Amino acid sequence: MSDMRAKVRGYIIENFLFGQANDLQDNTSFLEKGILDSTGVLELVAFLEEAFSIKIDAEETLPDNLDSIDLICAFLERKLKAAA
Amino acid sequence: MLVHDFLTDAAQRWPDKAALVCGGLRVGFRELEVSSNRLANALLAHGVRRGERIAIYLGNVVEAVIGIFGVLKAGAVFVMVNPTTKQEKLEYILNDSGASGILADAGLLSAGISPFQNSPKPSLKVVVLRERAGVTAPASPDTMTFGAVAAQFPETPPSGAGTNLDLACLIYTSGSTGEPKGVMCDHGNVVFVTQSIVQYLRNSSDDIVLSVLPLSFSYGLYQLMASVCSGATLVLEDSFTFPAVVLKRMAAERVTGFAGVPTVYAILLGIDLKSFDLSSLRYMTNAAAALPVEHVRRLREKFPAVQLYLMHGLTEVARTVYLPPEEVDRRPASVGRAIPGTEVWLEDDDGRRVPPGEIGELVVRGRHVMRGYWNNPEATRERFRPGPVSGERLCYSGDLFRSDEEGYLYFVSRKDDIIKCRGEKVAPREVENVIYGIEGVTEVAVVGIPDPLLGQAIKAFVVAPGCELTPAQVLAHCKAHLEDLMVPKQVEFRAELPKTPSGKIRKVDLR
Repeated sequence: MSDMRAKVRGYIIENFLFGQANDLQDNTSFLEKGILDSTGVLELVAFLEEAFSIKIDAEETLPDNLDSIDLICAFLERKLKAAA
Repeated sequence: MLVHDFLTDAAQRWPDKAALVCGGLRVGFRELEVSSNRLANALLAHGVRRGERIAIYLGNVVEAVIGIFGVLKAGAVFVMVNPTTKQEKLEYILNDSGASGILADAGLLSAGISPFQNSPKPSLKVVVLRERAGVTAPASPDTMTFGAVAAQFPETPPSGAGTNLDLACLIYTSGSTGEPKGVMCDHGNVVFVTQSIVQYLRNSSDDIVLSVLPLSFSYGLYQLMASVCSGATLVLEDSFTFPAVVLKRMAAERVTGFAGVPTVYAILLGIDLKSFDLSSLRYMTNAAAALPVEHVRRLREKFPAVQLYLMHGLTEVARTVYLPPEEVDRRPASVGRAIPGTEVWLEDDDGRRVPPGEIGELVVRGRHVMRGYWNNPEATRERFRPGPVSGERLCYSGDLFRSDEEGYLYFVSRKDDIIKCRGEKVAPREVENVIYGIEGVTEVAVVGIPDPLLGQAIKAFVVAPGCELTPAQVLAHCKAHLEDLMVPKQVEFRAELPKTPSGKIRKVDLR
């Protein structure tokens, strides 16, 4: 599972923070820090679908599932468990 | 009539109806009327005088709306400042406008942004802060909270003279080039253009309008104005970051009108909407930048029962033209004709009106032509020129259009954006439209870059999230659909494109 976390974290830093981790915590809200915008959310979803071989529906594209590294990991675990 | 009379009238006619649904709150017209009266009384008690400027440094929150009407009721002039504005530009706007007050989020102080930092602002008399959980406002005699305003000041409307020639707001334009300029809008301008918009959108008290556009942006501000003017409910969202959140709200609130910009529609087109009930939707509007024809076509397929209004505007007049929705299938590339009660035409560089088919600058005439740029007579003279009636101003928009035989207008380019390639003029939009036809492309910006051989070479910046597209594929598509001259020399993929605070692509950063 820590592999999943590292992968997500690496992607966020690489793609949305220009490689600068700064003070990004696992519970940092992307919305509050202005890290993601609407096209960023689309890219994030495309990345998660490909990297973890899952399908994310439009109605799952919510801050409750995607607004921090912690929330993304919890969401991924639920998705992968459901698929298993 | 003054702008805040919209609210006072609505509060009398529909006192308990929701004026605003925002941030989990529902605020009735009467409640909004009373809250803004209290704020006006508070500002007056702190020495704010008629005609003084008050900055509203808030996002799409209830307090921003109370702020707009409260400032107007105090006889003052509101200046919306986008909350993502950084220290330097905030200071520029406070200094340039000579603001005597600021309404802001208490959180901005903890974020290290302060209206008082660096240079002292002798003009600042009062600060009103929006408190949030975990953030409290510092105590100082000139600093109040919205909570204290509501508790301590009377709900009676303040008395005081005001005319429709008084300024209502300054709207700082993001300016694709140079320093931001404050467009001076008087009460008469705002009332007139709001009523014109309400007329062509056929807004009524049955409408529920959802806006994701910042109130600091003219197009966003007029969602509020048109809603209050017609007694409609405004559902104000602070962003489109999570589209599903907005779509759920649209379904739950039974939204009838939706205001978007091309990026928002590009995202909507990529979403499977089957789990959202959008059957209440009557109309959608697009402005800020032209919607690619391909997206118009797909939106019509996806929302066949919804009236799609394609529009064009600029801060200097608010709205210029709109296409009646019954024309959209016949003329999907057009943004239509002058809004009700106004006139537009196209002129060439020698001031001659151009015939259909030829390119000219859009000139706008009507009571919505704003008063000019704050403290900037030179820029004012260039954009606002005398009209036929004594004292009248025409607005020379800086936007190039052509018209068809029936007078419908087609946006060609910003005057400054035209690319001169091999001595010929290329309108970036024509190239952009073709690239938008590629599956998966959400945003495109085409610019001219210096080229020793061509004068300018065409370069396309493309955003295609989660899509395996190569530059060669983009070029092949362009070659198949464009004259050779218009095929880009370079294609670069980007994760996103630089934007102005109002969401327009900032081409100046791409050249």
